[in-house]
Amino acid sequence: MSKGIKSISNPHISINILSQEDIKTIHNKTLEIIESVGVRFPSSRALELWEENGAIVDRESQVIKASGNIIEGALKNAPSRYTLAARKSSQDLSLDGNHVYLGTDGCGVEVIDLNTGERRRSKLDDVANIALVADYVEEIAFNWVAVSAQDFPPESRGLHELLAIWENSTKHVQTESVYSIEEARAAVEMAAMIAGGKLELRERPPLSIMQCTTSPLGHDGGSLDAALTVAEAGVPVGFMTMASCLTTGPATLAGTIAVGNAEVISALALIQLAYPGTPVFYAAAQTASDPRSGVYTGGGPEDFLFGAATNVLADYYDIPLSMGAFATGAKEPNWQAGIDNSFSAFMASIVMSDMLLGVGLLHGSRIWSYEQMLMDCEIFDIVKQMMDGIIVNEETLAMEAIKSVGPGGNYLTQKHTLSHMRDLWLPKYMDRRPFSAWEKNQDGAKEWAKQEAMRILDTHQPEALDPNLSNELNQIIASVERE
Amino acid sequence: MHTELYNEMAKSVIDGEVDNAKNLALRALVEDIEPLDAINKGFVIGINDVGEKFSSGQCFLPELVMAGEAMKAALTVLEPEMAKRGTERKVLGNVVLATIQGDIHDIGKTLVGIMLSSNGFRVYDMGVDAHIDVLMQKSEEVEADIIAVSALLTTTMINQRTLIEQLSKSGLREKVKVMVGGAPVTQDWADEIGADGYSEDAIGAVIVAKQILGH
Repeated sequence: MSKGIKSISNPHISINILSQEDIKTIHNKTLEIIESVGVRFPSSRALELWEENGAIVDRESQVIKASGNIIEGALKNAPSRYTLAARKSSQDLSLDGNHVYLGTDGCGVEVIDLNTGERRRSKLDDVANIALVADYVEEIAFNWVAVSAQDFPPESRGLHELLAIWENSTKHVQTESVYSIEEARAAVEMAAMIAGGKLELRERPPLSIMQCTTSPLGHDGGSLDAALTVAEAGVPVGFMTMASCLTTGPATLAGTIAVGNAEVISALALIQLAYPGTPVFYAAAQTASDPRSGVYTGGGPEDFLFGAATNVLADYYDIPLSMGAFATGAKEPNWQAGIDNSFSAFMASIVMSDMLLGVGLLHGSRIWSYEQMLMDCEIFDIVKQMMDGIIVNEETLAMEAIKSVGPGGNYLTQKHTLSHMRDLWLPKYMDRRPFSAWEKNQDGAKEWAKQEAMRILDTHQPEALDPNLSNELNQIIASVERE
Repeated sequence: MHTELYNEMAKSVIDGEVDNAKNLALRALVEDIEPLDAINKGFVIGINDVGEKFSSGQCFLPELVMAGEAMKAALTVLEPEMAKRGTERKVLGNVVLATIQGDIHDIGKTLVGIMLSSNGFRVYDMGVDAHIDVLMQKSEEVEADIIAVSALLTTTMINQRTLIEQLSKSGLREKVKVMVGGAPVTQDWADEIGADGYSEDAIGAVIVAKQILGH
């Protein structure tokens, strides 16, 4: 049995990261970038759409320059609220600005094998197993394709991954691994069968799709075509910027935000020009490159600030956000992973980013670790508890208990204590044992998380997909492979 | 002789002054300085200095890249003159470099190119989405010692294998070493597809390139 979904809502704490004036300035500069510098759209379909809608299109460089009016006009059609559906309606996700939902990270290429402890290349079985654990864990609200099914051919791999997830989890799937028209068509067909029809797919899409931009100021042709294909069917689509200070973005944070914003809102505007009213979302995982080497860092104060700033922008456009958090640059679950993932999860959550990506990957989203996955869920749990804040009222001030205990003594036997002790947060993986108990095995979070992952894999029975439906979905995949 | 000018040349590279480096190279021609001397006694001293400071963490990547650009500007002026005189700069090897067919992510590839050229390799950067036959053609044309290909996607990574297969099929495999890189690429993958070298980053790529050519 799948359990419920734990999400963050009704926050009681907040931060001030960008003023309204800052946001307005960033927006205006973004429009200036799109209009005067332009953005590359290497897809003939996309270029035609831009031309039809009055943008200046250079066919040779595939760069479009669109006025602020075109961009703002198009974005006005984007719905501000919608639902990401699950196979089970009780697990539907309401993107209404008052929920933070957690997903798995993606798309890794290696897995730390639970049985051997060895790092090895990822395969389809891993996609299935991760989905099964994600199905069980309450903190996880939706699946990303966590690792790549490298034992399947590239042209249909993304579809095998989708099927493996649907077969092992009833929760929503957001894929970041469909990059061509053919795969996108098949993915839509599969999602429609899961939803129970084309109309149902529009109303309760069990699939959403995320494409990466190509920073600075560009897109991938296959990604654009795939996005347009799914948008036509009403499947929610988002674009993620991963602009990185110093290399694919300016060295300054504001500059990198503006570059990434130009990429994302130009792509979302294109989708709205093609299919007005289609659900779209903003997605981002900006970072800073290490100035000594240029490498992707996957953490650090810049990441954390981006995590909080981006939702303020997405709110300005009044569209949901899928925000890159977690995804530590650490090589193993350690001190660095704890810092990276705690701060990034906190900063992206406190501004109420609608979707958080995602748990489980190490080394800048390359290596899957079940231990990290479950420990990340605990971080989310802590953030959720903090965001519930401090409630001040008669009951929580506990005046009666205070009077009854008086100076000295303790509160252990108070009725008030009994009725509120379970409000206090409890860890699954933090070590609160006596020192002597720890000293015996010197174990801790990592070992316990590993045992828990193994237990879930051994015992959890996800709600199966109807075998006939599985069969039909397989046939759709096979038809792509025949082409 | 010309010590001051050589110093200025080195400094132009250290400061990453592209225009300055180019002008100093032109001045060398006007003053009839042997181009090879201008390179070895002037500009190379600068790039080596930046390289050392970069390795020890005193210099950051942008400074290294700008130094590389300045060096390139000087070479663009001096190399045609050397060709006229029948002299040649000693290079460690010819490298055909590209982001593999189907993939357009170029930042890592470009960094590798800068690192290799500032460390004495001659780099032919074939850009992004470089078709395998184009790479093979170029490799033959310039008698490449190394073909280096990057990929950011697991779906395009496959084409690194295809390149090696095609090289074997056409009998070119013996003539050229293949290096692979990119975020999803691992040593394990490099071994499986029979690549000669793999590096996680641009600095490592220089070490690997030197190694596989026996320098």
